[in-house]
Order: sequence, then C-alpha cells, then structure tokens
Amino acid sequence: MTALIEAEGLARVYRSRGGLFAPERALRAVDGVSFAIARGETLGLVGESGSGKSTTGRMVLGLEPCDAGAVRFAGAPMPPPGTAGWRSARARMQMIFQDPLGALDRRLPIAAQIREPLDIHSRHDLPTREARVRALLGDLGLSAELGRRYPHELSGGQRQRAVLARALATEPDFLVCDEPVSALDVSIQAQVVNLLVDLQAKLALTMLFISHDLRVVRQVSHRIAVMYLGRIVEVGDADDLFAAPAHPYTRALVSAAPAPAPGRRRAPRIVLSSDPPDPSARPTGCAFHPRCASAIARCRAETPALATIAPGRRVACHVVAGAGTHAPLGNAA
Amino acid sequence: MLRYLAVRVGRALVTIALVVTFAFVVLRLSGDPALIIMGPEAPPEVIAAFRKAWGLDEPIWRQYIDYFGAILQGELGRSMRDGRPAIALVAERIPATLALTIPALLLKLGIGLPAGIYAALHRGSAIDRAVMVAAVAGFTVPSFVLGLVLVLVFAVQLGWLPSGGQESWRHAILPIITLGTGGAAVLARFTRSAMLEVLGQPYIRTASAKGIPWRAVVTGHALPNAAIPTVTIIGFMVGTLIAGAVVVESVFSWPGVGRLLVVAVANRDLAVVQCILLLVAATMVASNLTVDFLYGFLDPRLRGARAGSH
Amino acid sequence: MVDASTAPLTRRVPPAVLLAAFWVVVMLSIALFADAIAPFGLTRMDLGHRLAPPGAVAHWLGTDELGRDVWSRLVFSIRISLLIAFGATAMSAVVGTALGFLAAHFRGLTEQAVLTLADFQAALPFLILALAVLAFFGNSLPLLVCLMGLYGWERYARIARGLAIAATAQGYAGAVRQLGATPARIYLRHILPNIASTLIVSMTLVFPEVILLESGLSFLGLGVQPPMTSLGNMVGYGREYISRAPWIMLAPALTIILTTLAVSLIGDWLRDRLDPSLR
Repeated sequence: MTALIEAEGLARVYRSRGGLFAPERALRAVDGVSFAIARGETLGLVGESGSGKSTTGRMVLGLEPCDAGAVRFAGAPMPPPGTAGWRSARARMQMIFQDPLGALDRRLPIAAQIREPLDIHSRHDLPTREARVRALLGDLGLSAELGRRYPHELSGGQRQRAVLARALATEPDFLVCDEPVSALDVSIQAQVVNLLVDLQAKLALTMLFISHDLRVVRQVSHRIAVMYLGRIVEVGDADDLFAAPAHPYTRALVSAAPAPAPGRRRAPRIVLSSDPPDPSARPTGCAFHPRCASAIARCRAETPALATIAPGRRVACHVVAGAGTHAPLGNAA
Repeated sequence: MLRYLAVRVGRALVTIALVVTFAFVVLRLSGDPALIIMGPEAPPEVIAAFRKAWGLDEPIWRQYIDYFGAILQGELGRSMRDGRPAIALVAERIPATLALTIPALLLKLGIGLPAGIYAALHRGSAIDRAVMVAAVAGFTVPSFVLGLVLVLVFAVQLGWLPSGGQESWRHAILPIITLGTGGAAVLARFTRSAMLEVLGQPYIRTASAKGIPWRAVVTGHALPNAAIPTVTIIGFMVGTLIAGAVVVESVFSWPGVGRLLVVAVANRDLAVVQCILLLVAATMVASNLTVDFLYGFLDPRLRGARAGSH
Repeated sequence: MVDASTAPLTRRVPPAVLLAAFWVVVMLSIALFADAIAPFGLTRMDLGHRLAPPGAVAHWLGTDELGRDVWSRLVFSIRISLLIAFGATAMSAVVGTALGFLAAHFRGLTEQAVLTLADFQAALPFLILALAVLAFFGNSLPLLVCLMGLYGWERYARIARGLAIAATAQGYAGAVRQLGATPARIYLRHILPNIASTLIVSMTLVFPEVILLESGLSFLGLGVQPPMTSLGNMVGYGREYISRAPWIMLAPALTIILTTLAVSLIGDWLRDRLDPSLR
C-alpha cells in the first residue's frame, strides 16, 4: 500500500547575515530528512529544541518551502505554499499548534471558528455546517454552551480541544500535531492525549506527532523517529524503540523518561556530557559525537547514514551499525 | 557609530532626492511647465527658449536628469511676478523668517523643557496641572487664532504692541510669542512624560536608596536618560516651526519666507513655490540629521556599539 | 467581584469626556440640519444691519461687513468643515490601512516602498506639501478633500503593518491561513476587526488635526473658496474687522477650539480604555 505521506531528502537552511564584515552563517535546521507515513499510521517525531522537528512538520504540510527535497501527499507532489492548489489541499491536511490561545481569534466565539474551515472550503449547506459543528463539539467533549464562548473564557485543555475540532471539521486525512500538549497542565495533557488516541482510532487518522516528551509520543505513535540537529538518527516501532533503544542519543532520552511503574528496577540514567548543541555550529561527522560515550574516531570524520539493523528498525550510528573496533574518543560522561 | 551615521546620511540624501522627484512629477502632471512658470501671457519666443533651456522636448527621463542638474546648480526659474530669480527672492526673505523662528525655538525650549521637568518632579502640584492644561490648549488652539487673539488684546484693546509689519523690534514680539508658546506647551507635556517614564525605572530608586542626594540622581541619571527621547521630538518641532511660520507670518504681515509662500501659492508662482519646497526639505533633512547625530552621541548603546562587538 | 461593565455610565466616564461627547453631538446635529437651523441663507445680505454686534434678536451672533448673519454662516461652516474632516479622516484611514496590509503581506520591495513613502511624508511638514500641491494644481474642492485625505495615512499604515505582521507570524492569522483561507479573508475577516479599535483611536487623534489643517489653509485663503464657507474662512474674513467687529472672528475661532478639544478628549479617553499599549 502506498504511503499517504512521503518525505524525501527534506532540507531547510536559514541564512543569517553576520554583519558587514562577518561571514554569512548558515543554520541547517533540517538536513536530509526522509520518511514515509502509511495511511492510518501515526509517526512520532522526537527531539530536543533545535532538532528541527517543528520545521520538518511545517515542511511536510507545505507551510514552509523546502530548500531541497520534496513532499508527496497521496502520491502527488505538495503544491507550493500560498497557491490556490495549496489552499484547497488544506481540507485534507491540518496542523495543531502548541499554543491554542494564539491559534484562535479572540474576537470570535468558538463555534464560529470551528465552522470556519467549512465556510472556507464551501462544504455542505449552511444548516449542515451548523449540525456538523455541533457534532464536532460533542465528539471532543465540549458542550454547546462552550461553543458560544470566546477563547479567553475557556481553559487550556478546552481550547486545545476547540482547535482540534476546527482541524477535524473538513475530515482531513492527515494531521500534524506540533507539541499539542506541551503548554497544558500535566493532568490535562493526559486527557487530550487520550482524546487523540480515540480520534485516531475512530477516524483512521494519519498523524505526524511532534514532541520532545517521549512518554506522550509513545502513547500515540505506532512508529517513532528520533531527530538530532536536523537529521533522523533512529526510526522504529514505538514500543520496540522504547524497550530497546539502539542509538546512544535515543538511549539517553529513554533513560531520562520517568519509569512507567515506580519501584520497578530500571537501567541507570545516562547523562549526556557537554552542552546541548548550537544548530549553527554543527560538529563534523556525526553531530552527536561530542556528547557520545561510545564515539570512535570514525564518528568525528564521517556522518553516518540510516542503516537497517533489525526489521523495521534503522539507526544512523557507526558504532551500532557495526563499524568494527576502533579506538574510542573517550567522551565519558 | 560611524555606520549608524553613514546610514542616516544615506537616508537623508534619498529623502532629498525623493522631494526633488516629487516636485518634478507634480510639475509635469500639472500641465505644461513652460506655460505655467512663464505665464500664459509670455511671448512665444520666451516660451520656446524656456522649453529649450529646460529640455521640455526631450524624453522624460532626460528631462528628469536635466531637472536634477538644474536644481543642483541653483537654476530654479524666475518668479512670475517680477521676473527675478526665485532663489534670490527666497534668499532675501530668509533672515526675516529666522528672526522669528530662532527666538521662537528658544522660547519653546526655554519654557517647555523646564516646565516639563518641573511638572514631572512635582507630580500632582499646581504647576503640573497647569502644564497639562496648557498642553491641551497648545494643541487645540490653532496658531492663527492665538495670533489674532493676541492682536485683539494687545494691539487693539490695549494698544501696547503693533499689529503687523516689520518696522521695529517691537513688531516681532507678538509673532514670536504666537509661534513659540503653542509648541512650548506640547514640548512641556512630552518632556514631562519622558521624565516620568525614566523616574519610574528601578535604577532611579536604587540610586536614591544608595543615599545619593535626590538632586544628583536627577541630574546624573534621570535627565540624561530622558534627554534621548526628548531630542527626537525637538527635531520634529523644527517641522512644526516651519509650518507655523507660514501661518504666523501671514497673520502679522511679516515679510518672511512663509508669507512669500502663501502669496506664491495664491498666484501660482511655481518657481518660487518649488524653491521654497526644496529649501524646506533641505532644512528638515538637516535638522533630522542633527538630531540623529545628537542621538548617536547621547545614547551610549550607539556610541559603544563598535567597542562592544569585538 | 464587581463587574466594571455594570457600573452606571456616569461613573465610568469622566465628566469632561461626557461634555466633549455632548459637544460633538451638537456639532454633528448642526452639520446635519444646517438648512433647517440657519435662519438666513449663506450669502444673504442685510445691508441695513452691517457689522451689528451680537445680542440682537434677528442676528444673535451679529453680522459681518456685508450684513450676513454670522450665526447662519457659522452653521454652514460647521457643516463644510466637519464634512471635509470626516471625509479626509476616513480616506486616509482606508488608504493607510490598505497600504499597511500590502506591506505586511508582500514584504520585500512593496514593504520598502511603503515605508519609504511614509518616511517621505514625515520628512516635510504636511502644510508645506499641501501648499505645493495646491500651487501646482490649482484649488478645487475635490482636490482639497483628496489632499486632506492623505493626511496621516502613514500612521495607520505603520499600525496596520505592525499588527498584521504580528498576527501572521505566530498567531491567529497564521492559523487561519493554515486552514486554507485566502489572504483577503484573513485580512478582512480576522486581522481588520482585531485592529479596528487601535485604528479608531488613531482616527480620533487625526480628526482634530485635519480640522486644524483645513482651517489653517482656509484662513490663508487657500482652502475652501467662496461662496462656500468654512470655519477657517470665517476667521480669515473676520481678521479685517478685528478692531471693529471682533465677533466675526471669535465665533468660528471658538468653535474650532472647542470641537478640536472635544474630539481630542474623546480620543484620549478611548485610547486609555481600549489600548493602554498605545500610550
């Protein structure tokens, strides 16, 4: 079955003027990212800030132009942003943002904003639109009364559900969620995540779920891709990746995530050495090598490519993918 | 800092070029320049000569360049009324206008600044309230009304001062007062709010809490910081002074550049209008540059920019 | 918790602003019903009662040098001055906002062009620019209104551009764009209503300045031309007779001052209420 979303070699470079005499600096936010998402599947995209995951999400939707690479949706190339073709394609794919209050127009009641995609794409006639809005409110656990209120009168969780309702109005096939729960209280996070899982099952949604929080990603995703400084370093099945992370960075991330059941013995925490990286000054070779405890000489010289180490699991690491024995670089924590 | 100034000078030159372009465009749009500037009664040879001199039969881009060149050489045409070069006419009136605007500017600064500072330091006092009321009056009472009321009171009713003309120094008193006081009130209000904003900053309280006498806090910390936004508004005031001079000179029949402009506009004496337009633009640009220069001096962030970037 | 919006009107609004609003309503009524209010025609002359002082029953504000009733002329002047001021304020708001949106939407060269034009406008005192245009093109009412309609556009343009950019970058406008809305829909249905209050406050601040500008031009004889009359015109005419009949000049002068003051007070109050960030 062909994938719904195919991303091939995506790259996005931000150039900043260094001033009259300083050289131009290039910030490679996304550097050669490729993946495919099958219909009905959720791919989780994990990484720290600066890893390029949000930029990737925007590029997949066509919200940002690709400096290199291409995105295909249902086999057809994504129209360039701002064109009429792109605009009508929005009905089939949507985005959920981190800040629900910022994503809503404070002057309009919630119900009107949920209705807006139907107005924009001229779906159905007016009474049907109203009925659809009511149905959406109900599906997302919002009362009709809440629909009459304004964004600032709702709680954070309610707002995010309103944004979700709006995104689902045109029954899109594909949803990109960019840190949808990061700005919410922990207890509300669980609610919204459960809601997403339910919707995913009910509507057979295809999703790209972006977050820095590994636990949340694990709940929602079928597969997970881990990004570091603009490149994917590991891809695999969600539960497998969690149980047996391969890439040193993934191992550090997983070990840092709180244990699901307190009291159970778990592996000692891996603490990464040195500081988080500066995206505009990438290390040579494998971008992770300055902080990696298992780095060898080859890691500094050569950027590893994603290699399959097990069915459904790919890792970009010289050490894990079996580069043989070489002198370690000695980056012990 | 050098870079900042270079950018500012560049923008000033662009602005002047834009004004010249504006004059050119408006001149061309308003009809046959030869007829307009020379007047419809001028003999055909004169018009033909004018066309040749101004290159009016050449392609438009060529005319533009020639126009620019003519301006740079000071060739701005002759007044319709008496045939004298426009530049000479305008130049001989400049001293009269300066005789009003410079004292008015000093008056504005002399009243406005101290009043504003005092009002800020003694917030809620009678002077503070007076300043706020005066500022509102200064804004809402147009200069021609103020001038006429002053004439009514001082010239007509009391007979102390003359009402028009330029015969003696006493004739200058009412015009200068009219020109200076309106803006003084606005400046006072602005200075007051700049000072209040600075005085509300935490570092002022810290300085005072350290035991520094209040007077030293004000002169050492508050005033220099409040000076920065105030300097920009002074540059702005030059523009209003020029506009004000036009009206005030007409009210008091003062033979300055402003009065000349009004008469020239009424007579559609375009050479003179054009000349004054460029003069005003040059003055505004020069005053803005001066303000920018002062700003660069006063604001240590701009002064020390190069040192900090190493 | 006391809900401020349920407090009685007189406590929410300072008395000065209420008076100002009342004055504005009076002015608007006079302008609208000028024909019915004015006892005499605009140019109707009563040569037997020239330069009559105020207080007479027939001419309660006096007459001018041609025996024309000052009150009648005042009424018509208010209408013309307010008409020009409203027209000009509306025009400059529309032009300025549109240019601001264009600059925000297209960025790049368009934005630079708009900003440079705005700088150019700020480089010269508007009075001088206006006089130059009037000199070159001659005087006519449509030209005058268009000219006044360019006063202050750069303020709206800067506001509209700034707020539109902020809205598109991370906020609601970006979200709606992402829904597939056309730019027109984004600007007109979302951004414009959200910035309307800021723009309206600017309009109340520009309006009195337009009145002052038009009065100044008319006073100089370069604005509204006879037989039409405006407030500035009347002051200009009254100047000749300042020693003999000061009321000719004082009535319109006072009207200018009070109207400008009233609108400024309302504008200041609105600004404090709606948008403290504008201070």
